Amino acid sequence: MTLVHFLLLLFLIVCAIFVGRTRDLISAAIVFSAYSLTMALLWQQLASPDVAITEAAIGGGVTTLLLFAAISRTRRME
Amino acid sequence: MRDIIVQVVARMMIPYLQLYGLYIILFGHNSPGGGFAGGTVIASSLILYVLAFGIDDEDLRLSGSVARVIESCGALAYVGIGLAGIFLGANFLSNKGAGFPLGIPGRFLSGGTIVLLTISIGLKVASTMITLFTNLAEKEKEEE
Repeated sequence: MTLVHFLLLLFLIVCAIFVGRTRDLISAAIVFSAYSLTMALLWQQLASPDVAITEAAIGGGVTTLLLFAAISRTRRME
Repeated sequence: MRDIIVQVVARMMIPYLQLYGLYIILFGHNSPGGGFAGGTVIASSLILYVLAFGIDDEDLRLSGSVARVIESCGALAYVGIGLAGIFLGANFLSNKGAGFPLGIPGRFLSGGTIVLLTISIGLKVASTMITLFTNLAEKEKEEE
């Protein structure tokens, strides 16, 4: 476990807590995308590149777009 | 809302995104990746195209009926390849037991039916993602 892993895990925890606590749904979606990209890096470091590709494509791309589409149909603030 | 920077960047990025998605799908049996991840990458490139060049334009985006046909074709191809194993005298989705040629491991033409299976999964996942996004994002015309 190197320093980079520790920093990535710390960033992951900070992102997760922020997503749970913020009231602005658009910033929650963006930070959730950052969470997914960090998670993809961690999956790659855990020697599972297949999951990393899927996590980057689903979490960073499509889920964020679907969340934005859902927010545009409802309201922004929780 | 049309933005020239978004349009130029999308025009530069979309071919590489689609090439990467095709690579992930076609080499899913030799290297990391597969139908699900590659189909998602292709779908996100098409969603980027729709977002950059106008979501309200009916001519630009993949219409719902075409996406539905592609989705059904992907699922039917998967089931058909699976049933081919039964008709050749083995179990559902059986590969070597049904007599499909396996080829040399590591080459592109290897693994029997796995290439066809990943291609059909990729078609289905890509069209499903596009349908999900356009159904959520388009303006409600029926409700007015």
